[in-house]
Amino acid sequence: MTNSNPGVTPILEIASIQKRFPGVLALDGVDMRIMPGEARSLIGQNGCGKSTLIKVIAGVHKKDAGSIRVLGQEVDVRSPSHAVDLGISTIHQEVNLIPNRSVAENLFLAREPKLGPFIRQKHVVSEASNLLMQYGLDHIDPKMPLHRLSIALRQMVAIIRAVSQDAQLVIMDEPTSSLEAAEVEQLFSISRQLLREGRSVLFVSHRLDELYEVCTTCTILRDGKLVYDGDLHPMSKNELVATMVGRDSANVDEQATGFRKRPSMGDEPLLKVDNLQSSDLESGTIQVGAGEIVGLAGLLGSGRTEFAEALFGLTKGTRGDGALEGQEALPKSPTEALAQGMALVPEDRREQGILPGQSVRDNLVAAIMPTLTKRGVVDKAEVDRIVEKFVKELGIKLSSVDQPIETLSGGNQQKVILARCLSLDPKILIADEPTRGIDVGAKFEIQSRISDLADDGMAVLLISSELEELLEGTERTVVMHERRSVAELTGDSLTENRLIDMMAGPESSTQ
Amino acid sequence: MSLSMSSFTRTSQSRSAADLGQTFGPPATLVLLILVAGISFDNFLGGANLSSVAERSAFVGIIAVGMTYLIISGGIDLAVGSVAALSGVTVARFVESGIHPFAALGLSIAIGAIIGLIQGIAVVRGKLEPFIVTLAGLLSVRGLALLISDEQNIPLPNDGLAKSIGSATLLSVGGYEITVPTLIMLVTFAVGAWVLRRTSFGRSVFAIGDDERSACLLGVKVDRVKLQAYATSGALAALAGGLLAFKLTIGRPFAADAYELQAIGAVVVGGTLLTGGRGTVVGSMFGTLLLVVIQTMINRMGLNAFWQQLVSGLFLLVVVTIQTVLQRKSD
Repeated sequence: MTNSNPGVTPILEIASIQKRFPGVLALDGVDMRIMPGEARSLIGQNGCGKSTLIKVIAGVHKKDAGSIRVLGQEVDVRSPSHAVDLGISTIHQEVNLIPNRSVAENLFLAREPKLGPFIRQKHVVSEASNLLMQYGLDHIDPKMPLHRLSIALRQMVAIIRAVSQDAQLVIMDEPTSSLEAAEVEQLFSISRQLLREGRSVLFVSHRLDELYEVCTTCTILRDGKLVYDGDLHPMSKNELVATMVGRDSANVDEQATGFRKRPSMGDEPLLKVDNLQSSDLESGTIQVGAGEIVGLAGLLGSGRTEFAEALFGLTKGTRGDGALEGQEALPKSPTEALAQGMALVPEDRREQGILPGQSVRDNLVAAIMPTLTKRGVVDKAEVDRIVEKFVKELGIKLSSVDQPIETLSGGNQQKVILARCLSLDPKILIADEPTRGIDVGAKFEIQSRISDLADDGMAVLLISSELEELLEGTERTVVMHERRSVAELTGDSLTENRLIDMMAGPESSTQ
Repeated sequence: MSLSMSSFTRTSQSRSAADLGQTFGPPATLVLLILVAGISFDNFLGGANLSSVAERSAFVGIIAVGMTYLIISGGIDLAVGSVAALSGVTVARFVESGIHPFAALGLSIAIGAIIGLIQGIAVVRGKLEPFIVTLAGLLSVRGLALLISDEQNIPLPNDGLAKSIGSATLLSVGGYEITVPTLIMLVTFAVGAWVLRRTSFGRSVFAIGDDERSACLLGVKVDRVKLQAYATSGALAALAGGLLAFKLTIGRPFAADAYELQAIGAVVVGGTLLTGGRGTVVGSMFGTLLLVVIQTMINRMGLNAFWQQLVSGLFLLVVVTIQTVLQRKSD
């Protein structure tokens, strides 16, 4: 390790941490040391124990065994607020601040400067301005309600709050998963400032490329065990993935994607729309043939999800030519879309996909239920048959089909949603970010399953913010920019550079 | 290191239509209605009428302050009408047994606070739904009032200090009068608004209603703040009920009927969102006055009381629809 200078006390030193949940040993003797000014990455597949580890450090879970030392002192982290008192703050992806209150209030909530019982309002605002300025965010008005800020800026407000509470270690839990590239850069520059100030950062991310930009050291967990602890940079991305999944890096090279190279098909489009318009979409043109995977690329807000929703009949008042094969017009509602053989894997799994508290079984058959009832009575045997078939086919890992879906890992939840779509036997599958936020193994499986489906003649529309996924998975990709489809890239023109050019806007391209 | 402004702040800093509507809608509507009424009805703007409007607003108004806290924090208190009735009965019983009227009122307020606290404990410790807990409160506290009063009206003195607490005129300018209940309402609104805006209790109320889990992680003492809010609501309901008894010179177990619904209506009309996280005490004051002015206008039209309820109900529906539409547009 680079930072193991003798004489300097580590900010955090944990040893032999164990944490057991009913039926699983989530952490099995994990060690980690973080020095002042160190940026450490913590990676591993979903279910490897990294969230548990963070929660133990942040006082959400209690450790069963092992020791935690903060600045040399052995401590028992009792609660999240105790962790904050100890100088450990956690920034979550879904920023834990109060959206409708001002930036200043959020910075000082529950620790306002007071005169008697009353808050010194002007003092709060001026202190907030100072803090914002210190971190180069002086363009934010401290009186502005937090919800007017982008997610990235909210995270930065959370970071500043942490720092102003004297955080020595800032844990960032998947901070970039919903940020645009430019916003990620902002987050990194603030992280670098923290490091310059001698604070430490523990960075958790599924996006391995990003880690190299900020982090110097790396902890990799697999099945609750520490499998790597050392410098990050000598490790290639493939080596990282290999260590995470426990395979040879040579194998990983081929297996990094589950997509297979496939011959381009699609002479007869199953789905064909021309200049589709809605209130959220200026113009969308696309066709997808049987047995074809067509990509849909674009930045956040470019209209790619809106396009998918318009196709699926979720948007009212769409105009434009288009239809599914054998139909006269596009579906006007999701019910019609399903009846016409279209299925959608929605972008936001939590909000639009799963019924969180319902069982895996009920989630899986939710869409097909109407066909499984006889005069209103559910055919239980048939339900069980279908559930069993898909659980096996997609390799969904669960302890029981009766467990609530929210207790599954993200990857397995996504598989259930995919299974739900497939149970309808669709001709056209629209998959909106099907592999976002899920672990490498599940991603691989879902990608290869999508390839299988296309092989069997399904028309697949794949929406993704990951260029790699589009390059590997599709032979043809339509690019959205400012709510219009602006380009269709195929064959040799489907390259990372061309995609980026088009996503940035056709006018900015030199050609 | 400096960040570019352009793409990261979403909208301009001007306040959204929903915010403006919530802040200025209720007072503007109130002024408009009073003007219309002033033109339509003789003496509507006169001292006698407006003073009576203010005094009739006092009881629901005082209750609406506590209700505002609870609704902003994401809770509700359906028991306030029953607590007010109980307080009227206990005030009368205490005075009957020779206790000084002030002490009688103080004791009754304490009882109200304790009832609020018990409901709060059920919500916080028992993790029960506020709606159900306070519905149980509504039923059982009304029962308690009937029990204590033996289903009878208990008379209070029609003279002296007791009478004064309920109806003495403190200030009179050209027929515009401020009576004790009116003054107490105004003070309650003023202090209530101040506390909500300028104390950490107030800030915490907003934070909890907006995102309880985040508030907890940020170090807000969620349980304590909720208990305080329920106790405040109970205490204010008891204050209103006690004043009402002194004014009517009678402790009546059936008093303050449906006050909880009027108070909730006033709070919502005043721009506080039932979903929590947003609202003002000042808005609740305008909401209270608005509902009373509407009732008065219907009275003056010579229509009977059923029309009051019908029109108040429709008005509430219109207000909530407008709020929701504005909210959707700004989000």
